[in-house]
Amino acid sequence: MPAIKTPNGFNLDDSGKRVVVDPVTRIEGHMRCEVNVDANNFIRNAVSTGTMWRGLEVILKGRDPRDAWAFVQRICGVCTGTHALTSVRAVEDALKINIPENANSIRNIMQLSLQIHDHLVHFYHLHALDWVNPVNALKADPKATSILQMKTGPNHPKSSPGYFRDVQNRLKKFVESGQLGPFKNGYWTNPAYLLPPEADLMAVTHYLEALDFQKEIMTTRTIFGGKDTHPNWLVGGVPCAINMDGDLAAGAPINMERLNYVAGVIDRSVDFIENVYIPDIIAIGSFYKGWLYGGGLSGKSVLAYGDIPDRANDYSPKNLMMPSGAIINGNLKEVLPVDLRDPAQVQEFVPHSWYAYPDEKKGLHPWDGITEPNYKLGAKTKGTSTNIQQLDESAKYSWIKAPRWRGHAMEVGPLARYVVGYAQGHPEIKEQVDKTLSALGVPLEALFSTLGRTAARALEAQWAVHKQKYFFKKLVANIKAGDSSTANTEKFDPKTWPKEVKGVGFTEAPRGALAHWIRIKETKIDNYQCVVPTTWNGSPRDNEGNIGAFEASLMNTKVERAEEPVEILRTLHSFDPCLACSTHVMGPDGEEMAVVKVR
Amino acid sequence: MTETFYEVMRRQGITRRSFLKYCSLTAASLGLGPSFAPQIAHAMETKPRIPVLWLHGLECTCCSESFIRSAHPLAKDVILSMISLDYDDTIMAAAGQQAEAIVEETIRKYDGNFILACEGNPPLNQEGMSCIIAGKPYLEQLKHAASHCKAIISWGSCASWGCVQAARPNPTRATPIHLVPGLAQKPIIKVPGCPPIAEVMTAVITYILTFDKFPELDRQGRPKMFYSQRIHDKCYRRPHFDAGQFVEAFDDEGARKGYCLYKVGCKGPTTYNACSTVRWNGGLSFPIQAGHPCIGCSEDGFWDKGSFYDRLTDIHGFGIEANADEIGGKAALVVGAAAAAHAAVSAVKRARSKGGNE
Repeated sequence: MPAIKTPNGFNLDDSGKRVVVDPVTRIEGHMRCEVNVDANNFIRNAVSTGTMWRGLEVILKGRDPRDAWAFVQRICGVCTGTHALTSVRAVEDALKINIPENANSIRNIMQLSLQIHDHLVHFYHLHALDWVNPVNALKADPKATSILQMKTGPNHPKSSPGYFRDVQNRLKKFVESGQLGPFKNGYWTNPAYLLPPEADLMAVTHYLEALDFQKEIMTTRTIFGGKDTHPNWLVGGVPCAINMDGDLAAGAPINMERLNYVAGVIDRSVDFIENVYIPDIIAIGSFYKGWLYGGGLSGKSVLAYGDIPDRANDYSPKNLMMPSGAIINGNLKEVLPVDLRDPAQVQEFVPHSWYAYPDEKKGLHPWDGITEPNYKLGAKTKGTSTNIQQLDESAKYSWIKAPRWRGHAMEVGPLARYVVGYAQGHPEIKEQVDKTLSALGVPLEALFSTLGRTAARALEAQWAVHKQKYFFKKLVANIKAGDSSTANTEKFDPKTWPKEVKGVGFTEAPRGALAHWIRIKETKIDNYQCVVPTTWNGSPRDNEGNIGAFEASLMNTKVERAEEPVEILRTLHSFDPCLACSTHVMGPDGEEMAVVKVR
Repeated sequence: MTETFYEVMRRQGITRRSFLKYCSLTAASLGLGPSFAPQIAHAMETKPRIPVLWLHGLECTCCSESFIRSAHPLAKDVILSMISLDYDDTIMAAAGQQAEAIVEETIRKYDGNFILACEGNPPLNQEGMSCIIAGKPYLEQLKHAASHCKAIISWGSCASWGCVQAARPNPTRATPIHLVPGLAQKPIIKVPGCPPIAEVMTAVITYILTFDKFPELDRQGRPKMFYSQRIHDKCYRRPHFDAGQFVEAFDDEGARKGYCLYKVGCKGPTTYNACSTVRWNGGLSFPIQAGHPCIGCSEDGFWDKGSFYDRLTDIHGFGIEANADEIGGKAALVVGAAAAAHAAVSAVKRARSKGGNE
């Protein structure tokens, strides 16, 4: 292929050396990435491939819509619950069910728990090893580490030299044992790692602390949803009835003791996010602020649907506490409204996906989508159909479809939300962003980068812990005012439903804008379609040749060693890819899957 | 050079006294009684960490997410001190060829001596290519590793039964591990649930390390210690079932009083799991306590047994002594009037005790 310019402004050149990363690890699900690097080790072409497909929407056909949340929740156990919430909203939209205020507050607390947990675990356990070198931490002086801790995160109590020495000793023995476990075969001699040993030791220590703490964040969902991972939800509200002081309150789902537990968890989450996570982002960011690759689409085209309704049942942008809107062509002065029901806005394309459309030049709105899997490799593929050496991106090359908003490839996720919020002048977001940029001494443009994506995620976790407090207070105030209701069951019986309805539900998942479209016919699911964050970000090329957010973000990045994918992982991880989420589709008639022919 | 769990704890500054206390807590959490504590201590003082390859097929990663929520032991301590988690694509630093090289190295160095932990399952349709690892079907990686491992742990309902992607019509022909054609014959322990309880997962690991053997399994391959009783048998709401006090609709008076959820679809009477005893997330709660009926997520084929809100119509009038081997996963498939009978028996007892006034 000669060098070409994509309509969304990227110069692709596949003449250089091809590097394949499969599997891409430290993500949810399975993914492959191929890039071409030029003679100076700059990435000049990028190909991202979703390498799994489960067909959940096919499985949903004919099921009870009230059960759908449980099925779609199993799309992903990492962003557990966000699909379930999106699903109950879609069913409630279709059946015009209003939920009680308490249910809205409890759902918001649960959804915010996910944002906090997911962002924290992503940073420390999936992403940190792209910036932090645990082997280098062995060289650290525990005293200097203690000083660094007190300087960067002065409100965190675990800061003594002895504490860091203990952790270092444990790490040392671990490394010396020769059984390196998850750190085995890492890229620990790669010059892309820039932290001094003390910062490495501090970060590795927090890796372990965060691993201990993260489990607590989700216990709010154990209280309200009975278990986590995969808590329980309910069409019409929440299943956890409230009984503050009546007969048998001790055995009720929600009583004073349960609320006290939740309050404690929320307070400790505030402490950990503000005293550990945020200071670490600033500390680590300060060493990498010269590494501003990975902007991709973030300064050009970003999309957010919004979430966290303040009052129940109002999903209009003014009532949503997370921003919604679209920015295209890099015009931050104008945030465009998004309508998920408009057939001209969200459309999915398949010319480079392992599915077939009758006319692959056209995109289809999710309510009218078609799915026929078509696993077929291009003529220039190297290898065989079951042993792929190198993909042919001029043909079909991914299990992910290519969604577009009014024809534009879009980035979604924390950075997209923060760019939209910043452009709208959202006061809380603006304050957080400006403060962070000033702490790092970088201009606004620095936001449009891999590091910006990673920072936005941390800021959002901080925003979320305070919003949890807000909704907890709101819940208690509402109960105090005499309203204990948690579910509206007027339309729970399918006999009360109209013959044929359709609906759409949306949330902001940790990884970005998420929506489910449902058609219900004679009380059963007739069609179910999810367009999820990683479908947007991980999208392959479309009919016009636009590249998606993952591919765009890798372009023109310098890699230190082509055979060691540190920089590729760094940028891909900044999106927190979720591949099990990204690969779901079902036709409008819910037709049975065609048999896939492998050629 | 390898180090034992005891050495690791000692060097963290943990005293021998605390170590022994930890061992008795572990014994207690396994339901083993204090006499087993010295055995656990001995095992942890003498064994190097066993290599584990944790492979992911078609799944949602909820098992891994559950695992890291373990309160006792902490996931951190399992990973750093008990096992050597050499391959787990969800958390490992290496990617691509450096990741795949670890599978080969483990096989070379520990042939026949590592644990294969399976999360998810392989698809057989689409030539296996709806789950690709390193350009090849996941099925190949799985079969290769299985032929060299010591034993297999099937984490969760995906690996144990097939779970959601294997629900009708199972478009990818997702297949549970024990039914994979051509898989080497190795001992398989199933730890079902969607996901399994975190502390059950870590207890299974701790048990294997401590006693150097699998826990006793039932006929379906599940550890008896956690899967020999139904949720219903030990449910704190069971007295309301026996008293005929039911939630009729969500958020009604009964829901607020914690009455039995049987009439809004609870599958507790046919589900074998430890939710009502061990409970979730450090023993904090479980679905029924939070007001939602059990959906039976540890049972084979639970997705295809009707709506989660439909009342079971087939509970036998079994006592709590009936075990998994007698009833098996088939209970929910055997249709009968038994549920009604079970409820009726309770109602009759109640009426009798109150002199027939109800």
